[in-house]
Amino acid sequence: MLDTDFFRRWMTATASAVDREADRLTGLDSAIGDADHGSNMRRGFGAVTDVLEKESPGTPGAVLVLAGRQLISTVGGASGPLYGTLLRRTGKALGDAAEVSLDELAEAFGAGVAAVAQLGGAKAGDKTMLDALLPAVEALGESVGAAGDAALAGALATVPLRARKGRASYLGERSIGHEDPGAASAALLVAALAEAAGTGDGGRA
Amino acid sequence: MLINVPETVVADALRGIAAAHPDLTVDVENRLVVRRDAPVAGKVGLVSGGGSGHEPLHAGFVGPGMLSAACPGEVFTSPVPDQMVRAAAAVDSGAGVLFVVKNYTGDVLNFDMAAELAEDEGVRVARVLVDDDVAVADSTFTAGRRGTGATLFVEKIAGALADEGAPLEQVEAVARRVNESSRSFGVALGAVTTPAKGSPTFDLPPGELELGIGIHGEPGRERRPMMTSGEIADVAVHAVLDDLRPTGPVLALVNGMGATPLLELYGFNAEVRRVLSERGVPVARTLVGNYVTSLDMAGCSVTLCQADEEMLRLWDAPVRTPALRWGR
Repeated sequence: MLDTDFFRRWMTATASAVDREADRLTGLDSAIGDADHGSNMRRGFGAVTDVLEKESPGTPGAVLVLAGRQLISTVGGASGPLYGTLLRRTGKALGDAAEVSLDELAEAFGAGVAAVAQLGGAKAGDKTMLDALLPAVEALGESVGAAGDAALAGALATVPLRARKGRASYLGERSIGHEDPGAASAALLVAALAEAAGTGDGGRA
Repeated sequence: MLINVPETVVADALRGIAAAHPDLTVDVENRLVVRRDAPVAGKVGLVSGGGSGHEPLHAGFVGPGMLSAACPGEVFTSPVPDQMVRAAAAVDSGAGVLFVVKNYTGDVLNFDMAAELAEDEGVRVARVLVDDDVAVADSTFTAGRRGTGATLFVEKIAGALADEGAPLEQVEAVARRVNESSRSFGVALGAVTTPAKGSPTFDLPPGELELGIGIHGEPGRERRPMMTSGEIADVAVHAVLDDLRPTGPVLALVNGMGATPLLELYGFNAEVRRVLSERGVPVARTLVGNYVTSLDMAGCSVTLCQADEEMLRLWDAPVRTPALRWGR
């Protein structure tokens, strides 16, 4: 089972990954966007780490709802509302259980991803964060490791796609040949699940 | 770059705005610039905002006759809903608030969330979306046309009507009409450098230019060898006119992107006027300068708005903001 501390570790691990990879995310965004995705995500997840320390939410759902609210209040751009909605809706779907199973997390994360799709109006293949998140939802029931791998593969698979949403869509054909920065950061978020679970058990513990 | 550290660029600028413009209320912590006399009794509030880096848009357009408040985001990043909700509360006199939103995914999402939250707090909110950039095809394959130079026309004309005490529905309607009557096209002669990245966000070699650029350093649709001012005016004005097809006089904004000298902008304006007269389009008013910029990008944009008599009257109405100031 996954307890509150697992979800706090998930958010902290995401913050570290985003911090480590901020320059790469900004570099990807500079090719087909406006060169700020790394700094925006770093600011947002830094604020998430701070607020989780300050407020110590008591359940898995409360951790994610608070993290999502904090992202909406600090990130701006499209990433703030989209990532904020992802975590907030996942957290709401977890309810107030003190511990959740991997299957319950997979189902709740699916609800969060569906909310992102609805808010942004994107679908699979539009070269957005959904291209990493949708395969991750599929694989999450298996293990957190499998979800991380699926998200990473999904992000890399955005390279040949033409963007149809967000700023990269203005480039038309010229968006082809670049990894989508939103998909790349979404893969970091999903990969951080395995880190939170520790190595070896794939999160089935 | 003339900065301290990238992280404080926006806050530093806000402190500077406060120091320069005592007739504005600047809340550095919450990232708000508000008319000092807000809320004005019986007046509809006009709130806009967007990423920083487009100065004087939007904070430079706060004041009597234009915006009631502006919410600056991080550089090229939409502000957050909390800012817009605070701004709406600060300027609402009970007559309601109009959000002027440039059509970018992030701006739309954040302003939509803010509108919901503000309405929960009892503020009537209407929203007008500015999407004037003809370089982007408005199709299911894109996020829709970008909001650029027409934002200035919308904020000036709707702001003037709001100052006359018109109700929210009318202010919203004129704002919508101005947007529907406006089109823009932009050209970059050099790439833009954001404080966060510290180097140009796209690679534009000297001797080349980029047609159909946006205002966030996103590359344009087409790259060509350098053209003369006259050739650029031909491309830009034809692109705008072929989409707008005006049947009457236009307001013209010849806008600099930040690094192009006024000397060149005025020369470009002469070429714009030549093309317009070749196409038989009369010009009612012209504004030349750096108004909707993209940090240190070299280049320009042309915005034309087919203006009816009411729009012209409101354009001429007095305005008193840091960046636009005329009349009374």
